[in-house]
Amino acid sequence: MAERTLAVASANGLHARPAALFVKTVTDSGQQVQLTKGERSVNAASILGVVSLGIEHGDEVTVAVDGDNADATLDALVTFLSTDHDA
Amino acid sequence: MVTTELIRGVGIGRGTAVGPVLRMPDPVPDPADARRERSAEDEQARATEALAATSAQLRARGEAAGGTAAEVLDALAMMADDPALAADVTHRIADGSTAEYAIHAAMASFRDMLAGMGGYLGERAGDLDDVARRAIAYLMGLSEPGVPRSDTPFILVARDLAPADTATLDLDSVLALVTTDGGPTSHTAILAREKGITAVVGATGAAELVDGDQVLVDAENGTVERDPDQERVDLALQRTAALSAIRAASTGPGRLADGHAVPLLANIGSIDSAREAAARGAEGVGLFRTEVLFLGAEKAPSVDDQADTYRAVFAEFPDQKVVVRVLDAGADKPLAFLTDQGEENPALGRRGLRALQAHEQVLRDQLTALAKAAAASDAHVQVMAPMVSTPEEAEYFRALAHELGVPTAGVMVEVPSAAILADHLVPHADFVSIGTNDLTQYVFAADRLLGTVAHLQDPWHPAVLRLIEAVGRAGAANGVPVGICGEAAADPSLAIVLVGLGATTLSMSSTSIADVRAELSQVTLDDARRLAALAVSAPSAEAARHAVADART
Repeated sequence: MAERTLAVASANGLHARPAALFVKTVTDSGQQVQLTKGERSVNAASILGVVSLGIEHGDEVTVAVDGDNADATLDALVTFLSTDHDA
Repeated sequence: MVTTELIRGVGIGRGTAVGPVLRMPDPVPDPADARRERSAEDEQARATEALAATSAQLRARGEAAGGTAAEVLDALAMMADDPALAADVTHRIADGSTAEYAIHAAMASFRDMLAGMGGYLGERAGDLDDVARRAIAYLMGLSEPGVPRSDTPFILVARDLAPADTATLDLDSVLALVTTDGGPTSHTAILAREKGITAVVGATGAAELVDGDQVLVDAENGTVERDPDQERVDLALQRTAALSAIRAASTGPGRLADGHAVPLLANIGSIDSAREAAARGAEGVGLFRTEVLFLGAEKAPSVDDQADTYRAVFAEFPDQKVVVRVLDAGADKPLAFLTDQGEENPALGRRGLRALQAHEQVLRDQLTALAKAAAASDAHVQVMAPMVSTPEEAEYFRALAHELGVPTAGVMVEVPSAAILADHLVPHADFVSIGTNDLTQYVFAADRLLGTVAHLQDPWHPAVLRLIEAVGRAGAANGVPVGICGEAAADPSLAIVLVGLGATTLSMSSTSIADVRAELSQVTLDDARRLAALAVSAPSAEAARHAVADART
């Protein structure tokens, strides 16, 4: 398992469109991904789960990937979260 | 000889249209919370299939639509595919739910969560209901909910359209609208009037129509005809062409065939609608609704903020009349700082001028802001009070407006008592303006927003016309102008009757001005009075309509 903690860069946090794009990246990877903010962890393939975390700009989140290609997927997701998709 | 059946309703506008019927599916019912009779495995398989089918449906629609619509529909498809939702559904089925109820309840719990988050996500919470309804419709074997789509233009037949339906309606493919419920003030009617779509509303008999039926929709006569003769179709299309020719030829101020002037004014509620009205040739504004500027406000905007907004609207109408209605809060448009909470019957509660008298500072501020904006503009600004019931209230309002620097102050006549006592009330007003929508609602004691009593919401009814006649007579006797500012003025035939009853100006949605102008130009004042006398003495709204239509052919 590979995991990393980072601050979310999108100006409006992980709402709506960026959340949908993030979930799409997760489902396309075919890996098991967990997204954690504070005490709560959700299946990152669930758009409802991801938006329910209410992630705002600058919030610290932890991404954990389980699977054959965990490192590459983790890199892609970390790059995604470090980019401002509302810019 | 082909037998044709005529379905009757209330026409909106004057157009005709011919085409195939597409029905709006009835709303999907909420599933009952019943124990399942199938095995958990079977219910699970049904739920999985329904959600997958819903997701595929939404993606297919997205691909067809393209652009932003595709993005929205893709996001909905992701919700149908969502693993957290699927897990919740599985859990509920294991506990004994049916697939229908499990999907309904799981979506509802996510919807409440999103709604609780507020902001953009809160606003999207309703999308989940849409996804759930689609999946449930699939499980129940019902048609896909929502406005039907078709590549070929069609005539949409529905019970009534909700505001959400009208938002997704592709107007380019809709030839005409026909509803079985709802009257001339329903959402469908308002949409049709705004967009200039041919429509017949409240046509109960249209419930019999099925997809693919060829129908002729004739808004002028308020009829829908199944399998019409080619001859009748040609006749209707010719008449529409003749009407649009008259309409194209009529420009300039509103006047009758004998030159009698009837200024045609616009009803507006915002700076945008003010610009539209000016562009469509309105000769001023007969009703500027100011509630819209206040909606959602915790307290009234300051005098200066209000004055800025009013000035922007007045600037669109140099040298023309702008009649501003002071705040009409209450009933269907409550305002936090004016409306009492928990009235059992808000349409009969402390609304309109009653609420303003109880919070006089709000009224004083608004009149002060209006006087200030009027002084800095070229428009002829007048004010009027809503929901006036007695001569004393009219006297109170005019005195206050004059004191605060607005020289022309009138009252709306929408409460029957004001019309019945018109001879005593009119002398206390600089002008009166009849709000036919509320007047009709109060004359019939029939809620104008309630579909089940929509058949009583008809301004053609002689019970309403007789009150208008009394006000017109009192206006003429006292030299006080009498305006009309309800949907009634937008109905071209009724507009003639209203002028015959003594209306001196007509105010309406600006999209209707061209039609009304064309119609008025066809009759003299004597004609209008004769037609009005026929309508007033008829026993019913339908009889009044027919009496006028027959006398004109």
